Amino acid sequence: MKFVTCPSLGRRALSEFTFGGRVEKETDQEAVSEREWAEYVFYHNGAPKTQQEWWYHRPTGIWFLFQRNTLTDSITQVDFANKGLTNDA
Amino acid sequence: MPLRLLKYAWKKSEDEPRFFPEEKPLKTSYDVVIIGGGGHGMACAYYLAKEHGITNVAVLEQGYIGGGNTGRNTTIVRSNYLTSEGVKFYDESLKLFEDLSTDFDLNIFYSTRGHFTLAHTDSAMRTMRWRAEVNKHHGIDSEVVDVDTIQKEVPYMDMSCNGQHPVMGALYHAPGSVARHDAVAWGYARGAQMRGVEIHQKTKVSDIKTKSGKVVGVQTDRGFIEANSVVSMVAGSTPRITEMLEIETPIEIFPLQACVTEPVKPFMDTIVVSGSLHVYVSQSSRGELVMGASVDPAELHSTRSTLDFVEGLTDQMMDLFPFTSRLKIMRQWAGMSDITPDFAPIMGKTDVDGFYLDAGWGTWGFKATPISGKTMAYTVANDRPHELIKPFSLDRYANFELVGEKGAASVGH
Ligand SMILES: Cc1cc2nc3c(=O)[nH]c(=O)nc-3n(C[C@H](O)[C@H](O)[C@H](O)COP(=O)(O)OP(=O)(O)OC[C@H]3O[C@@H](n4cnc5c(N)ncnc54)[C@H](O)[C@@H]3O)c2cc1C
Repeated sequence: MKFVTCPSLGRRALSEFTFGGRVEKETDQEAVSEREWAEYVFYHNGAPKTQQEWWYHRPTGIWFLFQRNTLTDSITQVDFANKGLTNDA
Repeated sequence: MPLRLLKYAWKKSEDEPRFFPEEKPLKTSYDVVIIGGGGHGMACAYYLAKEHGITNVAVLEQGYIGGGNTGRNTTIVRSNYLTSEGVKFYDESLKLFEDLSTDFDLNIFYSTRGHFTLAHTDSAMRTMRWRAEVNKHHGIDSEVVDVDTIQKEVPYMDMSCNGQHPVMGALYHAPGSVARHDAVAWGYARGAQMRGVEIHQKTKVSDIKTKSGKVVGVQTDRGFIEANSVVSMVAGSTPRITEMLEIETPIEIFPLQACVTEPVKPFMDTIVVSGSLHVYVSQSSRGELVMGASVDPAELHSTRSTLDFVEGLTDQMMDLFPFTSRLKIMRQWAGMSDITPDFAPIMGKTDVDGFYLDAGWGTWGFKATPISGKTMAYTVANDRPHELIKPFSLDRYANFELVGEKGAASVGH
């Protein structure tokens, strides 16, 4: 089983979390063209890399941001998605 | 065949012909280079030679023939999809599959079993009815059946699923089949080689070179190879290839795992899929139960397997078939699935002249091996997409013209 160490929660089984996809800067829907919107929604470089991802901790209902490498599966950083949050878990 | 085998046993010398002819030396130039020696790459090479007379072709494979998803899949072949585009495409593939053993003079163990997709909820029943109607419209043998019919065909199944999620009915597809995956790749490979195509194993493509927007060749670990046309048929490695040309796609890679139990006496000749429980099972010709589920929970470019997978799968499987609690798991493995947002493939030409893409095969591409080989060969030979694959172009996403197959492809591969 794979574990991850979180601020405040400590060492938790990864199976307690749900993957929420990679973090991407949302383009301004009103300002961009349809093509640019499609680029944002669909097209990307899916090759192996370290990326920032959304992960939801189901038991506490807290969203986290992980830095994870999609080739090695190593998680190098874990932050609260809600920056103001510190230790209410 | 048994007589031939007997004669062979009495012979002094081992002068049986090799299955594959001796590998030829790698040349520095070909008309067509196909990246990826899985079923799709081999089928494309075969049809290029057989139907278009294009034989100056090299298939480059970084590992060995069929060692990718082709040799890792659970071999379900069916055409009861949800969209008209999908149904027409996969049905052509099924027709080709039926004749492959004869075409190859090689037994691919194509075995028609009948395929049940169980529904445990009202909304699942609704999707089954929808699929049945689309299927019938295209002349596909597909119907919604009731609980009694299922129980008669699959007597060992607990229709109440341990009281947790009772089966309400199923979509039944009589032509649903399984086949020997390796034999499909080998048959195409040998057929292509006999017609002059070269297959080079342990040859990895590390870059694709272009000149003024046109492909001129590929860099490999055995040197540079010139080519006018390059076809990428690498399934789970697609993003690494498209990155070489800075082509962006919606493809994300997720591991897909499967496992088999120890062999038991034949008791189940149908294929059973449960979308709600995220599991499916068939019994192989050796008696093993071949079992699988949906993809792993997160993106990952890896073929590692996990205990989480077997735990989750067996938990559901024991609800469906309680006696499986006594069976041992013999092997488990994973492949890399190239998943698209609409669960349909990406096929055809690209913005780079001479570069063709056959990808987005996710968890469902084994059944497409013959038809994707055939239609991609046509597309390369004519530099124009085959009619059947037009809906699967890479720019359909930019045009918001998705081919939504999720309801028919996410679990029941
Ligand atoms: C566990 C599992 C179960 C499945 N079950 C089913 C099923 O029941 N029914 C179904 O229809 N589909 C199923 N699938 C999907 C199916 O296996 C694939 O979609 C299909 O086999 C893809 O075939 P392919 O020839 O395109 O790719 P592959 O067989 O993966 O071949 C691609 C080849 O490209 C090679 N390659 C990659 N990069 C390079 C490079 N740079 N240079 C040279 N060579 C390279 C790889 O080594 C590989 O051999 C399943 C998949 C998995 C993993």
